[in-house]
Amino acid sequence: MAVAVRELPLDLDAFEGPFDLLLTLVLREELELRDVDVAEIVLAFVESRVERGGLDLEACGEFLVLVAALLELKARGLFPGEELDLEGLDPEEAAEELAERLAAYRRFRAAAGWLEERLAAESDRYFRLGVASLAPAPARPLARQEPEQLAAALRTLAAARPEPSLGHLVLTYPPLSRFLDRFRSLLSSRGRFAFDHEVDRLSRIEQIVAFLALLELRKREEARIAQAGPFEPITVWNASAS
Amino acid sequence: MERLRLVENPVDRLARTVEALLVIASKPLSVPELAAATEEDEERVETALGLIAGRFREGRSGVVLEHVAGGYAFRAAREAADACARLVERPVQRGLTQASLETLAVVAYLGPVSRPEIARIRGVAADSAVAGLVERGLIAEAGREREGGAVRYETTPLFERVFGLADRSELPDLEELGGDVEELRSRLEDVAGRRPA
Repeated sequence: MAVAVRELPLDLDAFEGPFDLLLTLVLREELELRDVDVAEIVLAFVESRVERGGLDLEACGEFLVLVAALLELKARGLFPGEELDLEGLDPEEAAEELAERLAAYRRFRAAAGWLEERLAAESDRYFRLGVASLAPAPARPLARQEPEQLAAALRTLAAARPEPSLGHLVLTYPPLSRFLDRFRSLLSSRGRFAFDHEVDRLSRIEQIVAFLALLELRKREEARIAQAGPFEPITVWNASAS
Repeated sequence: MERLRLVENPVDRLARTVEALLVIASKPLSVPELAAATEEDEERVETALGLIAGRFREGRSGVVLEHVAGGYAFRAAREAADACARLVERPVQRGLTQASLETLAVVAYLGPVSRPEIARIRGVAADSAVAGLVERGLIAEAGREREGGAVRYETTPLFERVFGLADRSELPDLEELGGDVEELRSRLEDVAGRRPA
């Protein structure tokens, strides 16, 4: 209420009395605004509001406007260049300026209200604006679910899975003895042979087993092996012949 | 016997061309723009627009020709609004706060106007509201007050389109909106005294 703001009692360092008297003294330049602690005024107002209880928006709005005006006057006082503008400003002119400012704000607030109403009235006007953003997909509620169905689904998931068949990956290894016998026979008949030539047409697995057989012969000191370098042909000869 | 020949009205042909231009445009096209694109004079374009307006109007077509934001554009018929709302969203219009609308009103009436000027009228800083309106495309920078001065803002054609205005002159007269100075002054005088110091 305006009455409440006007009668707000103030007890400041520079002034003691009701708020309306402070305002009058400031507007008549009979009180130095720089000496007035505006924060104390705000505190006094807040305390009075708390004491009265409830939220009086009109009183708060009125108070905010007046305190804002005081702060602006105080801020202007800090800039010497603008002091001249304020000199000679009588209370009536100050009130006039404040009223003009409030009226201007009210007009724009009303214009904002008009825009809001216009926006609501035009809410069914759709037009293309560049590439239209697609609206978020509507949430699709789940169909009715039965606990038994959920249990059945969980049982299906919990069941042990059958072991996958690796039948197609089974490898068959030829016996080592097959190559031992063959190489012994070659060594005894020819005395030496070229390993690469003997395994040239064999499968990779057979070549590996053949190589193991060769190493076995070397281990038993039945054969000697020579190779000029990595990946070079391997020559095998009878150990007893050398 | 003389054979009947179907003679096409040249304005009909122009109207079809104008329709095509309006379909591909993403903003309202003014009569001069349409005239330039069709290489016709403005008077004939306006005649063609009259034909199109008759064909594309509420209750007759799902697409409606409207005069908005200084030009002509197609929009959806109002009866299709619900379906449109399910298909597209409107980030420009959604969630405009009171602060945004007040700031928008100041820019619409006074633009080009700077942020300090807006703040002076509204009594609070306008930085956030201005930034939000710029982001929505409703206002845009319009130069500076002077070299090195504050940036000024003005409303965009999108503002007029969103609010369904042919141009800013369709805004109501500011002097007729609220703000009775005499009433306010008497209230201030009531508060400030007129009591002897």
